[in-house]
Amino acid sequence: MEVVFLTFILVLSIFLGFELISKVPATLHTPLMSGANAISGITLAGAFLAAGMVDSEMGKWLGTAAVAFATINVVGGYMVTDRMLGMFKSKNEGRK
Amino acid sequence: MNIEMIANLSYVLAAVLFIFGLKMLGSPATARRGNALSSIGMLIAVVAGLTAEGIVSYEYIIGGMIVGGLIGAASARLVEMTSMPEMVALFNGSGGAASLLVGWATLYGGDVSTFTAITILLAILIGGMTFTGSLIAYGKLSETINSAAVVFTGQQIVNSLILIGILVSGYMFAVDPAVDSQWLYIMLGLAMVFGIMAVIPIGGADMPVVISLLNSYSGLAACAAGFAINNNILIVAGSLVGAAGIILTNIMCKAMNRSLTNVLFSGFGAVKQGKSIEGEVKPISVEDAYYLFEAASNVCFVPGYGMAVAQAQHVVKELGEILEKNGAEVSYAIHPVAGRMPGHMNVLLAEADVPYEQLVEMDEINPRIENVDICVVIGANDVVNPSAREDEDSPIYGMPIINVDKARTVFVLKRSMASGFSGVDNPLFFGENTRMLFGDAKESISGVIAEFG
Repeated sequence: MEVVFLTFILVLSIFLGFELISKVPATLHTPLMSGANAISGITLAGAFLAAGMVDSEMGKWLGTAAVAFATINVVGGYMVTDRMLGMFKSKNEGRK
Repeated sequence: MNIEMIANLSYVLAAVLFIFGLKMLGSPATARRGNALSSIGMLIAVVAGLTAEGIVSYEYIIGGMIVGGLIGAASARLVEMTSMPEMVALFNGSGGAASLLVGWATLYGGDVSTFTAITILLAILIGGMTFTGSLIAYGKLSETINSAAVVFTGQQIVNSLILIGILVSGYMFAVDPAVDSQWLYIMLGLAMVFGIMAVIPIGGADMPVVISLLNSYSGLAACAAGFAINNNILIVAGSLVGAAGIILTNIMCKAMNRSLTNVLFSGFGAVKQGKSIEGEVKPISVEDAYYLFEAASNVCFVPGYGMAVAQAQHVVKELGEILEKNGAEVSYAIHPVAGRMPGHMNVLLAEADVPYEQLVEMDEINPRIENVDICVVIGANDVVNPSAREDEDSPIYGMPIINVDKARTVFVLKRSMASGFSGVDNPLFFGENTRMLFGDAKESISGVIAEFG
């Protein structure tokens, strides 16, 4: 039953994703990608469990590496997206 | 139980914030707040993740987060906007690696069922090929390795063998999912090789497609990891990312009038040449260009990757401003596949302080291009090649282009008469209303600005 439930979530979110993202204008496609990268860093939440294990040395190291990689995505992704989006200025916002 | 409940509810909240964040990316005016909202969602999800039952020691977690956080923050701060595609490629790769490792580590958490074993395999497979594929994409984009398509005889056979190997080792592992199963390591190795093999046959001009596709894979890998550890938020967030990547891939393919299979499996190297072009190239001097600019009341810039290479975006914007003061209407028309990743040109122009209202899409400019006095083509070639519209024998026939040849006058800024990435001749250069401004784009435009001064 668990499998069905998870698949249900998967299918619904894919449809939601298509709906949301097809509305993003071409101008913002690069920030969309880097922002999506940041979101895919959500693996972090899963990596904690592995890195916090005590009974397996190997598992712990794998988990720690996963934490590091996922944090790169989260921190780097959000920061670089914010940096880019900060550059998009409207005509009315006081231009330098 | 109580804490678990709260954690799960926080995941719901995080998912809502991700969704609103993506929704706000729908307009440049709200996009920045959207990104902030999404990052708050991430913070909530991370804190909730930290409370999970079964985490006993936090030293390793904190260590990993410090290392990752420093690398991420430093690269986000230091990266040049021109190198954004490489950066995104590396981020795709690290996302893939994280999912691979989470899947792998799950094996050490105790006995796994067949279903979990399969999801672990998927996380390792997708994560592994995303990782190595992204590294190759990074190499090609940064030109540390040759960016041309690598195609050799028997490639299909090699790929099929790898695929069979993946299926066999996957099956063998799923039957007996043990931590030290040799099949696991074979799978890991094959997935990485497969990632390399998938990206090497794709040439430089097709990189926007690859990078979008890898983006999508990194999301799907997170999804698979979510299945492996039974975590909803990974599945939701992963599929949002996966959908984003697929949509972008689709847009890129459409903009090149090619199917995804065509991009993935055939290098754009050996193409038959269309009609050979006869005619005379009419060069123009900076001074004469100035007189035409001075008289123009509607100017449209059409940038391509060459603008990024010449670092010309700042002088282009300066010229744009001067022309506006001179009473001209100025716009920047951007083809979907201009640059090395979707939306790359827009970011470069935004960096140069061009207001986003002036950035227009291909479908927006084409119907009114007849009213444009001067179209300035900077470092773009294939995306303005009229053969795509007229010459049925041309390899790029059918690709939607910006119809700059229909503008009253076209200036093409170019170093020399070399053809574009696809190696196709461009009749635009021989057009009646085309003037070639030879030389470095940045210098040419600075020259025109000096004339205005």
